[in-house]
Amino acid sequence: MAAVRKKKNFSLKVLSRNPDDYKRETKLDIHKAPQNPESYLHPFAVEREYKRALNATKLERVFAKPFLCGLEGHRDSIEALAKFPTRLSHVLSSASDGEIRLWDLTTKKCLSHVPAHDGVVHSLCAHRSGNFFLSCGQDTNIKLWACSEEGEINPEPVRTILNKYVYQSIDHHEKEDMFVACGQSLDLWVGDRAQPYQSYKWGLDSMHFVKFNRTETHLVAACADDRSIMLYDTRGGAGVSKLVMRLKSNAISWNPMQAFVFTAACDDYNLYTYDIRNLRMATNKHEDHIAAVMDVDYAPTGKEFATAGYDRAVRIFNHTDGHSRDVYHTKRMQRVNHIMWSMDNKYILSGSDEMNVRLWKARASEKLGVLKPREKTAINTAERLKRTFKDHPEIQRISRHRHLPRLIYHYKQEHQDIKESQKRKESNRRFHSKPGAVPHVPERKKQVVDVKE
Amino acid sequence: MASSDNVQKGGKGKVRYFFPKEPDKNGGAKFSFSRRPNERIEEQAVPKHKLKKWQKGEKAEGYAKTKFHTQKIQAQEEVFETVAEKSARSELLCTEEAGELEGENTFQISQHEIKASADEATQQKIFDLRLDQFGPYRMDYTRNGRHLLLGGAKGHVAAFDWQSKKLHCEINVMETVNDVKWLHQETMFAVAQKKWTYCYDNQGIELHCLKHLDSVLRLEFLPYHFLLCSSSAKGYLSYLDVSIGKEISGIATKQGRLDIMTVNPQSAIVHLGHANGTVTMWTPNMKEPAGKMLCHASVLRDVAVDATGRFMATTSMDRRLKVFDLRMYRELSRYQYNRKQCPGLLDFSQKGLLAVSRDNVVELYRDMATLSERPEKPYLYHRCERLITDVAFCPYEDVLGLGHSWGFSSIVVPGAGEANYDALEANPFQSKAQRKQTEVRMLLDKVHPEMITLDSEIGKVDLQTAKELQEERNKKKYLKPDKIDFTPRHKMKGGSKASKVQKRLKGVQEENMRAKVREIVRAKQAEGKFDAQNAKRKGEKASALDRFKKKIV
Repeated sequence: MAAVRKKKNFSLKVLSRNPDDYKRETKLDIHKAPQNPESYLHPFAVEREYKRALNATKLERVFAKPFLCGLEGHRDSIEALAKFPTRLSHVLSSASDGEIRLWDLTTKKCLSHVPAHDGVVHSLCAHRSGNFFLSCGQDTNIKLWACSEEGEINPEPVRTILNKYVYQSIDHHEKEDMFVACGQSLDLWVGDRAQPYQSYKWGLDSMHFVKFNRTETHLVAACADDRSIMLYDTRGGAGVSKLVMRLKSNAISWNPMQAFVFTAACDDYNLYTYDIRNLRMATNKHEDHIAAVMDVDYAPTGKEFATAGYDRAVRIFNHTDGHSRDVYHTKRMQRVNHIMWSMDNKYILSGSDEMNVRLWKARASEKLGVLKPREKTAINTAERLKRTFKDHPEIQRISRHRHLPRLIYHYKQEHQDIKESQKRKESNRRFHSKPGAVPHVPERKKQVVDVKE
Repeated sequence: MASSDNVQKGGKGKVRYFFPKEPDKNGGAKFSFSRRPNERIEEQAVPKHKLKKWQKGEKAEGYAKTKFHTQKIQAQEEVFETVAEKSARSELLCTEEAGELEGENTFQISQHEIKASADEATQQKIFDLRLDQFGPYRMDYTRNGRHLLLGGAKGHVAAFDWQSKKLHCEINVMETVNDVKWLHQETMFAVAQKKWTYCYDNQGIELHCLKHLDSVLRLEFLPYHFLLCSSSAKGYLSYLDVSIGKEISGIATKQGRLDIMTVNPQSAIVHLGHANGTVTMWTPNMKEPAGKMLCHASVLRDVAVDATGRFMATTSMDRRLKVFDLRMYRELSRYQYNRKQCPGLLDFSQKGLLAVSRDNVVELYRDMATLSERPEKPYLYHRCERLITDVAFCPYEDVLGLGHSWGFSSIVVPGAGEANYDALEANPFQSKAQRKQTEVRMLLDKVHPEMITLDSEIGKVDLQTAKELQEERNKKKYLKPDKIDFTPRHKMKGGSKASKVQKRLKGVQEENMRAKVREIVRAKQAEGKFDAQNAKRKGEKASALDRFKKKIV
């Protein structure tokens, strides 16, 4: 007997992909890449991202080659560096033998040089127009020089001001035709006058550094040998305030984005960021140098600054961090006296004792030149990943590691020990004395001796 | 004109893109293809039930210690929200629909009937390979489901693109073949032979002879770690990193013959099934099992873990099929087969279908993990000619491969595979150039074997270390370190008399003791201080009803 087969009712739908929907039509098209965010199709997503972050961190360290070139030509140690407000690639430098050189950073060549002073050129600054610059030297003269668009310095100064004493530092006003120079006093020169328009003095000691605020343009800060930083208003007759610290400051730099903030490079190996509205306590203390800090310069973004150390190293700090984010050094670089952050936020120049001006990248592993869109995307992704996983121990270790010269390495440890022992001592002293007899003084306050209004 | 009407009618939520504009007096365009600046285009909110699938965990609420951190966490939460929303919106782009078989008594529908009513491409997927000389067969699909590898126990090994039926290679290794496995791509595969394990390329050329993987019974490959796991007849489980050719870890499991092995695709944990009814879970970092489960009271037949890594199914000689939850390590359901029927091999499909073989029959079940009872009848049912020795679903296809004594059968199981593949993970249509590039990417993103743990730790807060660091910091009081080991110096002129030595030693010990006491006192002081502060903080407003409160004496 033949089995009776019932006709079955069913509806069938089977997965059947049409290859035309998934393959590109011509060879000129890009490949189709459908995506599905369903999580089970992406196992180990976090682990793989971590691995990518780790690779990106490693590559960052591999490509960290910050040194670009040395600008050679000076025959004595570098005494000053200056940038122009209107030119990106031109940079001025002066040496102890009285020579001033103008460099072109794109070609890395010296465009022109003049024997400017007898003896050391103490300071340089560009005129607000960008076509002139000022210099002051050991021969007590202040000279105004003209330089062409192409970078040719006129061998004869436009103007020479003869003075009674040597000026240590000079700076030009941001907008108006005036400049300040400091030595035994702080002198303000306006227009074509042969004599200073105004002379400021607060205390007996001479001053060695002066800087105009670029935002609040009438405000001047000066560092004096009596360990003080003084603030003057060029519209007034006397100083605004005076901050006395435990040790002398070598240089200061105003934050270009926050008019009331400046950072002082101090002889006690640290830098202090102050808010001029409250000078009794620094807003931040930046440690890491193992010798006096000679110079400091803010990036045009105001987010970072570079410092020049007597310990033969250049360091870069985030303006809110207490420790440096990077350190640059080379075998041959001696004590760094001057530092400058370029106006395009990409380069750093350092001038050191051994007659060299060095050009560095501001971000050690950054790729220079034009980036293709995909390259840019890849870099942005890598940056984001690094930020996400930055606190993982392995990534932290790799991104923080810097090879240091032996001297710096050992001194750093020594300083750490010293700090530790001082802390212990203070704690013990506090423990063994009457409560309140040894007060807690914040680190940011310790260096402040006095503030005068 | 119509435009002015539109403006008035157009409510707040109305979407208007290209908007006819009056030609202006200066001869401007009539149509503006840019949005008008004052025009508001609002996207429809994603329905909550759709959003829920993509949200990962509860939203963080409350406040952190500082405003800064609170804002940081809130910003992060917003990012998560956006990701969930975008994922939900992107569901639209997954256009391919999953397979389905509907009707009464679907288990009665045979492959012939499916073949008769399916399209031509699907008909090609139902086929049998009659290889009755070298069977029984083991098999493996590549990760993109495109290529198939067959290994007959009597030495026949064949690799081919099963969709276009293009043969890559066919060799006879002249030795028993225990298992075959593709490595990270279709260019290489490993074969566990009688004595050693061998690697071949897709032309059948022997690349390596892995002599430290001997008498291997089962092979598994972890593509994200580049690890080839092998379990041997001598109870030895080993992990070989195929990217560097180094054995990462070899574990003597002391569990006897290891012929049941499966891998959790989400956590890369190896599950081994044993004759005493236990399933052990292994990572390459521990010499002991990371987990152990007594699943059955009898010899295990097979273990399978589903694609989401949540469920594990086991079969045993006690004729039971059990499903476990791997997050809670709890039995979810058990099914008792009747006499004469013993469930054998198992495999989960991407969409959660479970294939269970018994002798020459394979049954397919749907939603096995969520049902509490075994369904009366399976979803599908297929009978082979000979004993089934391997079952495996093909990824991204509605296809189940069956290896048996007489060769290989491919059957169609509607709804088994994931319809929408992610080309960045596995691409069935990848070109040669894409394959090469993917290989480089995979190698760059190779996950470290140390990261294989029962629950992943990489994205979590490391509270343990933080606590330890905090304790260390708390210990540091800047007092002089305790001097416990102390041998008094030898002194001349009677200075080292026993009594004097004792005296000096005592002095030191007492000093030490004082320090300890000091520490305790200090700790107490600090505690007291905090208590006082907390008391101040907690201080509620005095109420008239306070007098009725119970007084603490």
